[in-house]
Amino acid sequence: MFSGSEITALFTSMGITHVVSIADSTIGLWHPALEASPDLQLVRVCREGEAWAVAAGLYLGGATPLVLIQCTGLFESGDSLRNVLHDWKLPIFAVIGYRSYLNQDTLPGDTCLVFTEPLLDAWRIDYRLIKAPAQRDEIRAHYVACRDAGTPGAALIAEGKA
Amino acid sequence: MSDAKERMPLHDALLALHTARREDDVVITSMGAAREWMTLGAQSLDLPLVPSSMGTAPAIGLGVALAQPRRRVIVVNGDGAMLMHLGSMVTITAAAPANLVLILADNEVYEVTGAQPTPGSAAGRADGASLDFEAMARACGFRSVFHFSNAVQWAQQIERVLSATGPTFVLLDVSSVPGSVGPRSPGPAAARARELRRNLTPGIA
Ligand SMILES: Cc1ncc(C[n+]2csc(CCOP(=O)(O)OP(=O)(O)O)c2C)c(N)n1
Repeated sequence: MFSGSEITALFTSMGITHVVSIADSTIGLWHPALEASPDLQLVRVCREGEAWAVAAGLYLGGATPLVLIQCTGLFESGDSLRNVLHDWKLPIFAVIGYRSYLNQDTLPGDTCLVFTEPLLDAWRIDYRLIKAPAQRDEIRAHYVACRDAGTPGAALIAEGKA
Repeated sequence: MSDAKERMPLHDALLALHTARREDDVVITSMGAAREWMTLGAQSLDLPLVPSSMGTAPAIGLGVALAQPRRRVIVVNGDGAMLMHLGSMVTITAAAPANLVLILADNEVYEVTGAQPTPGSAAGRADGASLDFEAMARACGFRSVFHFSNAVQWAQQIERVLSATGPTFVLLDVSSVPGSVGPRSPGPAAARARELRRNLTPGIA
């Protein structure tokens, strides 16, 4: 849906200093452009639970981090995001790839479609579903609204084949 | 602990750190280490990670170290917590912040839940041999790696250890504190987070 340079331009226009991420087959295509950008730093983590904690430390240290993961990584993140977003109440924003939303060729009946949105609701993460490139400005608008309110939030990006 | 390994009391290990830390160092503690650290007196750049998500203290320390490259960040983690997020040893060395010191207080048990053996401990493993965290730290690529079992030696060497080029890994063999409980939150977490952020970045909103 977006190219690496479009995403990098979007994140830099949002003032993001660090992108804490693990790839999926969509997000991974963005990594080279993110890494090449002089305006932000890509931080590679081993699992998504770590990503929220690294982002928390970055935020406490005065940086402006963003968590970039697949919805599978959201499933993996539970206790860590609970602690960061709800115990410490840190306003960390995430961009989350929504596996199989546009196309289930690789994984027919992908259960990511069953659990992703209810889980975001359960974790009380205010998200916007981004289904088309024309919605790119909605990501920035939602980010700015969350930042100004001091609350967490997410953009859920519809993906194609796994 | 039933093993014959030399171990230092956790309190003594932390007392040496409390004496040696600079005022502008950030010190993040978790589990039993957070409990003992809080008895030594609070400082403005302390983050006792209570409440916590078990195992995330090193990752939080990494984030602070990346955001504040001119400031030393010291994390004291438990061995059970380390095992839960073992990958963070790799995440840290991938980013390789020179200003991060990860201290592992290894008592080979989940002390705060009643001292059950961890799967990395001699008592918790089929082969009866405890995990070699020092070798793991070297294999993960920490720039500086140290190992102490004796509180006097640790206190003597601590300045050199803390000033080594990081990322630094320090393995401390510590004894568990019988009957000890989990750390108690020193106050509302969100307010403490805001205060730490302000202390780290004066002038920030
Ligand atoms: C995800 C998760 N699983 C289990 C627990 C229960 N728990 C709380 S503290 C703890 C033990 C921590 O052990 P360690 O990190 O070695 O620190 P110590 O208690 O020895 O200081 C456990 C298992 C938890 N809090 N979170």
